[in-house]
Amino acid sequence: MSTEQLSARPDGVRRLENVVIRFAGDSGDGMQLTGDRFGAQAAAIGNDVATLPNYPAEIRAPAGTVAGVSSYQLHIADHDITTPGDQPDVLVAMNPAALRANVTELRPGGVIITDTDAFTALGLEKAGYESDPLTDGSLDAYQLHAINLTGFAAAAVADHNLKRKDAARTKNMFALGLVSWMFSQPIEDTAAYLRKRFAAKPDVQAANISALRAGWIYGETTEAFASVYEVKPAPLPAGTYRHMKGNKGIAYGLVAAAHQAAMPLFLGAYPITPASEVLHELSALASFDVRSFQAEDEIAAIGAAIGASFAGMLGVTVTSGPGMALKAEALGLAVIMELPLVVVNVQRGGPSTGLPTKTEQSDLLQALYGRHGEAPLPVIAVRSPADGFAAAVEAARIALTYRTPVILLSDSYIANGSEPWRVPELDELPSLGIDLATEPNGVDAEGNPIFLPYARDPKTLARPLAIPGTPGLTHRIGGLEKADGTGAVSYDPDNHDLMIRTRQAKIDGIDVPPLEVDDPDGPPGSGADVLVVGWGSTWGPIGEACRMVRAQGLKVAQAHLTHIAPLPANVASVLSEYHTVLVPEMNLGQLAGHLRRETLIDTVGYNVTRGMPFRSSELASVITRVIAGIADEDGTGTVDGRALGDVAARLAAKTDAGANKRDATLEAGR
Amino acid sequence: MSEVNEASGAKADEPAGGSARRAPTVADFTTGAEARWCPGCGDHAILSTMRGLLPALGVAPENTVVVSGIGCSSRLPYYLDTYGIHSIHGRAPSFATGISINRPDLSVWVVTGDGDALSIGGNHLIHALRRNVNLKILLFNNHIYGLTKGQHSPTSKVGTVSPSSPHGSLDNPFNPIALALGAGATFVARTLDSDRRHLTATLTAAAAHQGAALVEIRQGCPTFTPIPRQPRGSAAPAPETDNPAAPEQGPIRLSPGLPIVFGTNEQWGVIRDPSTGELAIGHGGDSRVVVHDPGIQNSTYAYALARLAETSLAEPPIGVYRSVTQPSFDQLFQERLATARPGGRGELRSLLTGVDSWEVAAS
Ligand code: SF4
Repeated sequence: MSTEQLSARPDGVRRLENVVIRFAGDSGDGMQLTGDRFGAQAAAIGNDVATLPNYPAEIRAPAGTVAGVSSYQLHIADHDITTPGDQPDVLVAMNPAALRANVTELRPGGVIITDTDAFTALGLEKAGYESDPLTDGSLDAYQLHAINLTGFAAAAVADHNLKRKDAARTKNMFALGLVSWMFSQPIEDTAAYLRKRFAAKPDVQAANISALRAGWIYGETTEAFASVYEVKPAPLPAGTYRHMKGNKGIAYGLVAAAHQAAMPLFLGAYPITPASEVLHELSALASFDVRSFQAEDEIAAIGAAIGASFAGMLGVTVTSGPGMALKAEALGLAVIMELPLVVVNVQRGGPSTGLPTKTEQSDLLQALYGRHGEAPLPVIAVRSPADGFAAAVEAARIALTYRTPVILLSDSYIANGSEPWRVPELDELPSLGIDLATEPNGVDAEGNPIFLPYARDPKTLARPLAIPGTPGLTHRIGGLEKADGTGAVSYDPDNHDLMIRTRQAKIDGIDVPPLEVDDPDGPPGSGADVLVVGWGSTWGPIGEACRMVRAQGLKVAQAHLTHIAPLPANVASVLSEYHTVLVPEMNLGQLAGHLRRETLIDTVGYNVTRGMPFRSSELASVITRVIAGIADEDGTGTVDGRALGDVAARLAAKTDAGANKRDATLEAGR
Repeated sequence: MSEVNEASGAKADEPAGGSARRAPTVADFTTGAEARWCPGCGDHAILSTMRGLLPALGVAPENTVVVSGIGCSSRLPYYLDTYGIHSIHGRAPSFATGISINRPDLSVWVVTGDGDALSIGGNHLIHALRRNVNLKILLFNNHIYGLTKGQHSPTSKVGTVSPSSPHGSLDNPFNPIALALGAGATFVARTLDSDRRHLTATLTAAAAHQGAALVEIRQGCPTFTPIPRQPRGSAAPAPETDNPAAPEQGPIRLSPGLPIVFGTNEQWGVIRDPSTGELAIGHGGDSRVVVHDPGIQNSTYAYALARLAETSLAEPPIGVYRSVTQPSFDQLFQERLATARPGGRGELRSLLTGVDSWEVAAS
């Protein structure tokens, strides 16, 4: 939404094509809930919605400090969008720290709504303000609405028998009511939600609903804002839709896959941010024969999943990077035992504990190569929150069809972000049932029928699965090299070489759809000169950036990889049709290296690891520069005019600025 | 999957191996693979006992799963014609847990060693025990790392000279029985590879136990840690000594309901100090001699028994230290599933649609 649009005339409802709103406050202020509800309201009136929650790693960072700020950004639009938006148009800042941490990203001319109650001397000091920004003129470039949100909320809930502190806590619902009014969103769904959520605490329930309504009424009666805005429904394909988060989508995709395979789903998991939510979702679905098991550690989690798979379940484990490292040995076992298994890695900033609540794409090489021995396995990546479901079904399809562990890569942005998702009809889902072995499939030297666990399907090279309880097919599998066919322990050199190549050939032969190119100017070779290739959660920002670039009259093509191992068969031929292939990644060039290894094609990288998704505008300017032939020579990205690859210069700049002066943006834990 | 008889682990509605089939024999549990342990290794004796024992349990080979880790002992699944996994070092209990809790119709065994179970896999062992997963865990304790050529293990005595401790090991050993009791194991026993009858009886009792059963099998490793012991069937009885800790007294044999006496002439006994409750070695005729009861819920007594060897005996007692009834994790896990879906599986489409969906009409 443009500045002019926000400086609206006081003549009723203004229509917007899209708007970006960020709710920010202390971690204890309930911003995630507020944002989540606003998104649900927008989705319910048919807007396209993309969200970006952002919160500190600590459960309770010091209250009132910049480090303790939690935020939730939403992009709502009357058209198809794929990103949570680059810059907020509206910032709701519940305290000085939230203002300080976020205001620099607000669009000039944007709207700020703050809670004056929090702008005390102490509050300002904790946030590091030397003077009060509400009065010192530093916010003159914005439309500031300083309102005593806490005071009004407390007054609205005065009848509800709450302690002073609890009454003040309803300020987030007051703010939500106010912003809902501002954007013409009905609040009835949220009232219904609060009724359910606080069913056990009638006072809290009633107070929150009162505060929500009071916020709405405040907006309506005080004429605090010059105008009311409205974002019309987006023209989505017909169907049933719901608001879907990435983690939940993956959980549901796994449940659907087990349903389609007519197998129970078994999850072995150990809690880890940002993957635990998948464990939580699945733990609540015992009624769908989901067997969820919280193991004693990451190794036991995958061990139990492999055991369950051997016993005839669809075995799954979910984790994040550090957990993947611990599972590596067991993954190798699953590779040699050739059992179906889905391993979900919801990536976060690494190495080590890194940035546990922030996003990154830096586990790709770990997924592809992070095991000892020749241990190939398929790797596929989720591209957006609404894609979690389909990607999980695809991971299960490959695992079951080819009897192999599959790594499904998601990331923190996808995990917590949400989008409208079209609920598939069941008959749209693939049938994933597999034939378990019930009869011997070979004969021994004496001609007696025997079971050969390492015989192969000639087409897929998959081995037969016989589960315990099947008479006559008893067999042992394990980590020692298997003899082809019989699966007996074999130290034979030729057999080992054959088995290594067979396992590789099985993965290489997986049926993967071809890479598709999106280029309105023509197919590869006759359209754009520059192709932008991405994987995982960069899909949205890259797509948005390409549309921005095309709007300037330039040509650019986009292709996105869901299957990274094996790559689609046409990758090399597609890439070679372009003068330049740009690969933006939230890592230092992991896909680029993989592509080079597999295709011998050199790409231009744009690599930034700041724990946040790319901004489309940033990528659009990179693409524009690449088209103009002035690509970042070292291929390591620039942000805000800083060349990120020049480490020496960056270190020197920090020293110049004073070693003790803290970088506020880093402090904010963005 | 049909309902299962918890006691035997066999399907309740048909005899083991299916109604049309004869009862399984030793041959049915024997694979063609040749056992590759050193000559004289205690593992041969344990394997032979297992082959003799399994047919008698009434569980068909296809309903038996043996899961092992890494080490000499962990080769055992290859020699039993059941379903089996030779997994990775220390992690066998986790694989076995995934099998057992999902498939109550199966009898699941874990074969492990002192390095496998107590060093690299210590975490999985204690958690399988505290959860009371329905696993029969056979811990072959030879006090050494055999497969990797003789390094000291977590059960090696302090001062054990080995390739990795040429001047003697420094670390205190685990007492596997005390460890298992500390983890809350509901069935804990110790037996010997060399005493087939005792081994058979102990494993039979473990198989009948509902929940996690930990059986420490003291195993001779002639290659690295030969156990000095009485030649079997030697005609000359051991001379009576006045030292209860003398090896020739033999290990204490624990029998439920019987006084704990030992020695060539039962001249020694385990007595309880009535004031402190502690156990000590006294004379066999003492009125304070303890009558063995593995069914005591409180594990203090079993723990005191387990620690006797550290102070007063050459060899720890053998037999069942503790056998108490508690619901198995498997049973609770299955009950939870059954109560969650009284009418069968939920309707997938309604799950996917949820309660906050909306319709977009064709434009
Ligand atoms: S090294 Fe010891 S335990 Fe291992 S097979 Fe040889 S004798 Fe048995």
